[in-house]
Amino acid sequence: MANVTVTIDSRKVTVPSGTFVIEAAKKVGIEIPALCYDPNLEVVGACRLCLVEIEGSRKLQTACSTKVWDGMVVYTQSERVINARKEILQLLLDNHPNDCLTCQKAGECLLQKYAYEYDVKFREHNGARRPALMDTSSPYILKDDSKCILCGKCVRTCAQVADRQVLTFANRGFDTRIVADSNFTLEESSCVSCNRCVTVCPVGALVDKRLLGKGRVWEYEIKETKCKVCDYGCNFEILSKDGKNVAVRAKAPSNGRPLCLKGRLTTEFIYLDEPYTPYKKENGKFKETTWKEALGIEDIIEKLLDKEEISTGVEYNG
Amino acid sequence: MKTVKELNNIKEKVLERIELRKREQKDISLDSRNMQEGMTHVLVYGGTGCHSSNSHKIIELLEEKVKENGLDEHIKISLTGCFGLCAAGPNIVIYPEGIFYSHVKLEDVDEIVEEHFKNGRIVERLLYEEAKAEDCIKPVNEVNFYKKQTRIALKNCGVINPEDIDEYIACDGYQALAKVITEMTQQEVIDVMKDSNLRGRGGAGFPTGRKWETAFKYDADKKYVICNADEGDPGAFMDRSILEGDPHSVLEGMAICGYAIGADQGYIYVRAEYPIAVQRLQIAINQAKEKGLLGKNILGTDFSFDIELRLGAGAFVCGEGTALMESIEGRRGMPRPKIERTAHKGLWGKPTIINNVETFANVGQIILKGADWFKSIGTEDSPGTKVFALGGKVNHTGLVEVPMGATLRDIVFDIGGGIPNGRKYKAVQTGGPSGGCIPAEYLDTPVDFASLAKIGSIMGSGGIIVLDETDCMVDIARFYLDFTVAESCGKCVPCREGTKRMLEILERITNGEGTPEDLDRLESLAETITSASLCGLGQTAANPVISTLKYFREEYEAHVYEKRCPAGACQALLQYFITDKCIGCTKCARNCPVSAISGKVKERHVIDTETCIKCGACMEACPVGAIIKK
Ligand SMILES: Cc1cc2nc3c(=O)[nH]c(=O)nc-3n(C[C@H](O)[C@H](O)[C@H](O)COP(=O)(O)O)c2cc1C
Ligand code: SF4
Ligand code: SF4
Ligand code: SF4
Ligand code: FES
Repeated sequence: MANVTVTIDSRKVTVPSGTFVIEAAKKVGIEIPALCYDPNLEVVGACRLCLVEIEGSRKLQTACSTKVWDGMVVYTQSERVINARKEILQLLLDNHPNDCLTCQKAGECLLQKYAYEYDVKFREHNGARRPALMDTSSPYILKDDSKCILCGKCVRTCAQVADRQVLTFANRGFDTRIVADSNFTLEESSCVSCNRCVTVCPVGALVDKRLLGKGRVWEYEIKETKCKVCDYGCNFEILSKDGKNVAVRAKAPSNGRPLCLKGRLTTEFIYLDEPYTPYKKENGKFKETTWKEALGIEDIIEKLLDKEEISTGVEYNG
Repeated sequence: MKTVKELNNIKEKVLERIELRKREQKDISLDSRNMQEGMTHVLVYGGTGCHSSNSHKIIELLEEKVKENGLDEHIKISLTGCFGLCAAGPNIVIYPEGIFYSHVKLEDVDEIVEEHFKNGRIVERLLYEEAKAEDCIKPVNEVNFYKKQTRIALKNCGVINPEDIDEYIACDGYQALAKVITEMTQQEVIDVMKDSNLRGRGGAGFPTGRKWETAFKYDADKKYVICNADEGDPGAFMDRSILEGDPHSVLEGMAICGYAIGADQGYIYVRAEYPIAVQRLQIAINQAKEKGLLGKNILGTDFSFDIELRLGAGAFVCGEGTALMESIEGRRGMPRPKIERTAHKGLWGKPTIINNVETFANVGQIILKGADWFKSIGTEDSPGTKVFALGGKVNHTGLVEVPMGATLRDIVFDIGGGIPNGRKYKAVQTGGPSGGCIPAEYLDTPVDFASLAKIGSIMGSGGIIVLDETDCMVDIARFYLDFTVAESCGKCVPCREGTKRMLEILERITNGEGTPEDLDRLESLAETITSASLCGLGQTAANPVISTLKYFREEYEAHVYEKRCPAGACQALLQYFITDKCIGCTKCARNCPVSAISGKVKERHVIDTETCIKCGACMEACPVGAIIKK
C-alpha cells in the first residue's frame, strides 16, 4: 500500500494509505479521545468523542473512522473540536450516576479520564436518567446498566467468538440497553463468563466481581502472565497489593484469542494466595464447585499443585 | 416472452382495452345527461386511504350488481391505486367521461347502478364537490386538484390496475427496459441519467446518474440494487401510493439501474406496515417473472435481474441507507460510519445502489422520453417533478405531484384549496422530522432542493404540513422532537442523549416552566446534535427547533417570559378570560370549584388567573359565550 503524508496539529506524519486518522495521530504522540474505538474491534463511530477538524471539510469528522489521504490537514484541538467534545461528555455525564468515589473502575475509567481532561462536571437536573438496572446474577461479572455509555465494545468483542454472541443492543433511543440473549440475566443467558466484555468496557458498567473491594488500581502492583491451559495463551494480570496476590483479571484479547473462564480460574488457582470459591454454570444456574471440577482436569491439578515448579515459567512484565 | 415484439403485441392489444381511460375529457353539460355510448370503465381507488374505508367491498358489490343487471358486457370494474385525494375517499371515477364520485359508501352502490349505469343520469349528490360547476360537471382531469399537477411518477396511479402487468405494458411499461438492454450500453444509460440530473427523491437529492456511475466503475463480482421503500416520516405516503398504484414502474427502474451498474440482484426494503404495497409488489414481481421481464435472460438478452422483497419492522432509522443494509444483512438497523461509499462497499461489502421509490419511478420515462424532456420540467437545479403529501390545515389533503419550482402558494392555495375555517395561514413544515418550518412570508418560494435549504428547511421525502394561526410553533417543534427521540437508534451520543434533553426543554417550555437559559441551551444542543451525530437522523433532528427559533423566536419568548402561548395551543398556558359579552348572570362564579371568579350581578365578571385551575366549568356554564381561552 502506498504511503501518504498528513499534517496533524502541524506535525507531519507518513503512514500507509487507508490508515485511520486516530492511528496516524498516535504515531506522532497525539492522543485523540475515544470511547468506542478499539483497534481490535469493528469500527462503529458511536461515541463521537474523537471528532476532529479536517481542512476542506465543513463538518467535523470522526478520527476513528476517517481514512487519511495525502496532504490531509487535521486539527485535533481546535476550539470547535474542544467544544463539541465537552458537549458530548456533558451529555454523557448528565446521564451517569455520580458515584466515582466508590466505583470499582475509578482510576481506569475513560469517562472519568476525559471528564477530567476536558473539565466537564456532573450537574443537577430533573431530566430522565438511565434506569438503575443492576445484574448481580453472575458471581464473575457485575453489570450495572446505569453506568453504561453504550459504546458497544462489549457487544462487538463478545460477538468475535463464534459461539458466544451473547450481548446485543435492545430498545431504541434513550432507552437503548445492552442485554444478554434478548434480555436474560447473565446467569440465565448463554454467557460463559470469559470476561472479554469486562476487559473492554471503558466505564464501570461491566466489572469483574471478584475484584470488588479488593483494592484500587493505583494500589496494585500488576504483573502480566500468559495462560497455560491451551495454546492460545491468553493474557491475564495478577494484581497484588501489599505483597499479596489478591486477584487475577483478564486482559483485553487480541489476535483471535478467545479468553475463557477455565483459563482465568486456573490462573487464579496458580497465583492467588487465597483463591476464591469457584462457580460453575449448570442449566442456567451458578453453583459453587470444587477446584477440581472447575478446572476439569484432575491429573493436571496434581501437577499444578506443585506451584514452585510452574511459577518459574511465568513472564513478568509488571 | 423473449422479444420486444411480444412486448409490443401485448401493448397494442391491451391499449385498445384501456384506451377510453385516456381519452380527452370534456365538461359535461347538465341538461344532456346522457352518457356516451359504448364501454364504461369504473375505477375504484384502492390505495391505503380508500382501502381502509371499504373500497374493496365497494368493488365486490359493484361487480355483483352490474352482473345482476346484465350490464357486465360493457361496464368493467377495476381496482386502481391511489389518486391523491385521500380525504375524499373512497373515490370512484367513471370513464370515458371522467365522472368523479367521492365519499362513496356501500349504500350508494345501488343508486350508482340504477341511476348512472341504467338510466344514464349522474348521481349529483355523490359528485366530488369541486366537480359541480355552475352550468356543467367537470371531469376529474379538470378538477383543480388534478389540473394543476404534472404527473410523471404518479402517471399510472389511478389509471391502471396495479395488479395487472398488461395494463402497465399498455401504458409503455417495460419499453424503457427493453430499449436499454437491447439498444444501449451501460455508459449510455448512465449518461442519460446524468444528463437528466434526476436527483434522489428520498430526501438528500443526490444526483442519481452520478451515484450509478460510481458503482458502475467499481469492479466487483457482485453488485446490488436496493429500492428504499421504508418511508417512515410521519404523514408521508408518497412512496406507498406509488408502490400500491404502479409497482411495475419501480421494478422497471430498478432493472434499468441493475443493467447500468452491472447488478443482477435487487431488493426492495418495504415496511411491513404497508401490507397492500407488499402484496401488490409481490404480485408485480411474480407477474414480471412469469412474463420474462425479470429473471434470467430478460427479453432474450444476456441481462438477468431478480428482485426480492425484504420487510422492515418499521423503525424510521432503517430508512437510512446503511442502517437499511445492516437490517437486510440480518443485524440491528443501526447506521454505519461512512468509511466507504456504499456505491463501493454497501450491502455485504459489495457495490450497492440505493434509491428511493419515487426516484426509480422516474427512471423509465427519462429513458423513453429523454433527458431534455425531463429537464424541460421543473427547475435547472432540480429538474422534474416531486410528489408531496399535503396535510395539516388545508382544504384538500392528499397526494400531489407538481413540477419542481412550483411555489408553496401554488401547492397550498391553488391545489390544496387554502386554509379551512377562514383561519390565517401561518407556515408550512416541510421535510418531516428532518425539515423545518417556513413562515408565511416565504409563500412564494419555489419548492426545490436549493431554495428550501436556503431558508432552513429541506425537501425531505415530500411531506408538507400546513399550519394555521392556531398552531403553536414551539409545540410543533416538540412534536417532531418527540418523534425523533422515539426513533433515534440509540447508537451515537449526541442524538441519543441530546435529542432527549432537547425534548425535555421543549416540554418544559410548552408547560410554562421554561427559563431564559433554556433557549440558550436549545441553541447549543442544536449545534452539537447537528454537527456531531453519526447519521442523517441526528444531523437533521434539530432542524424543527432551529427553524422555529429562527422565524418564531417571539413565540418561544412569550412562553418563557410571559408564560403565554400566542397560538392558544399549549394547554398548560391557556388562561380563561371573560370578555365584555358578559351579562353578569353570575353562573360562572357559581360553577367555579375554586371560587376564582368575582363580580357583581349584572356587571362584567373577572377571573383571578392565579386561582383558576383551568377546569373549564365556567366556560360551559356561561349562557352567552363570554368566556374564552387565550
Ligand atoms: C433517518 C433517515 C431516514 C431515511 N428514510 C428514508 C426513507 O424512508 N426512504 C428513502 O428513500 N430514503 C430515506 N432516507 C434517505 C436514504 O438514506 C438515502 O439517502 C436514499 O434512500 C437515497 O435514495 P435517493 O438518492 O433516490 O433519494 C433516510 C435517511 C435518514 C437519515
Ligand atoms: S463474559 Fe464473555 S460470553 Fe459472557 S457476555 Fe462477556 S464476552 Fe460474552
Ligand atoms: S457495558 Fe461497557 S462496553 Fe458495553 S456498551 Fe456499556 S459501556 Fe460499552
Ligand atoms: S444520529 Fe441517531 S439515529 Fe443516527 S446513528 Fe446516531 S443515534 Fe442512531
Ligand atoms: S472513538 Fe470515534 S466515534 Fe467513538
